[in-house]
Amino acid sequence: MSDIKHHIPENLIAAYASGALGHHFALVVATHVSMCTQCRAALAAHETIGGLVLEDLDAQPVSMGVKSNLMAQLDAPIEVEPAPKRMGAYPGPVMGALGGDVPKWRSLGFGSKQSILHNDATGSVRLLFIPPGQAMPDHGHNGLELTLVLQGSFHDEDGAFGVGDVEVADEDVEHTPIAGNGPPCICLAATDAPLRFSGLVPRILQPLFRI
Amino acid sequence: MIAVRDQRDKTAFAQLFDFYAPRLKAMAVRTGMRSDEAEDIVQEVLLTAWRKAAQFDPERAQVSSWIYQIARNRQVDLVRKERRPVPEELKLPDADDEDANQVLGLEQETSQLKAALSTLSEDQRIVVEKAYLGELSHSEIRDVTGLPLGTIKSRIRLGLERLRHELKELR
Repeated sequence: MSDIKHHIPENLIAAYASGALGHHFALVVATHVSMCTQCRAALAAHETIGGLVLEDLDAQPVSMGVKSNLMAQLDAPIEVEPAPKRMGAYPGPVMGALGGDVPKWRSLGFGSKQSILHNDATGSVRLLFIPPGQAMPDHGHNGLELTLVLQGSFHDEDGAFGVGDVEVADEDVEHTPIAGNGPPCICLAATDAPLRFSGLVPRILQPLFRI
Repeated sequence: MIAVRDQRDKTAFAQLFDFYAPRLKAMAVRTGMRSDEAEDIVQEVLLTAWRKAAQFDPERAQVSSWIYQIARNRQVDLVRKERRPVPEELKLPDADDEDANQVLGLEQETSQLKAALSTLSEDQRIVVEKAYLGELSHSEIRDVTGLPLGTIKSRIRLGLERLRHELKELR
């Protein structure tokens, strides 16, 4: 695995550990953690604090029947759902969101494609596929946006992002990510604003041979 | 927990129940659940802990943080009515390869963290509790991560990271 340089911010990892992070960002965090030793350890450290908080809560008496009921279930046969497995560039959590299937791509023009995994009033998360050298389609983000590279790379005003790197952009960030040379860039991108479908016209070619 | 994992020891599990069930119930009630709903969650979480016991790795997690994690997953699943995305599981080392020093180190660091928590002011403690019970948004949590827990937490993180690198080389 390549060296990951851009990580998930600490507060998002803590929010993920506590369950407070919205579904869309949670998918990006779970996926990045699947790829990143450092953030996996950071998450475990937050869960350690969570465990201490749990230990410290004022105990609430539990009804008599609960324990016997539970003990009686211990020998019941177990149906454990197998965890979704990584497939190619897509780590387990992404495969889970895809329902174990390959992405259903929709063209955004000029070879770019997207596959929306989830979109509701609280935000969206999707896969983006950008051919080498192409700009990411304009996706005018309103709130916070996390973009995690699953394959290939991209670069913009904030630097270069390779496999496993996450770019964290808020609405103030004006950036034009361009896919690097090499394999097509596949990203997992989440925002806490719903997608504006009308605005999904790709920003045309401005970047193509700009340099 | 180790007895639960390796010997499927029901007496040991009953002890886990006695400690964690009332606390898990308190955690669920905090989110506004009725007492009977909270008790359903308690059962589900502890049953999951029993069934997934084979995945418990004392080199990487304290019992409390492992159970906390299961409880948060369950709570999020219930609220959203769909599966919370969770990271891929790491392969576990063979039980024989379990490194006692690592287990002990994590235990010691956790007790230091616990000591640090107890030195927080009442206000800070309340904020930490809220943060880890899912009552603060990620922007609100930003303030919490600056609390004096940082140093010890980083030590735990670095310890775990070191372990990961070693595990990777083993594979």
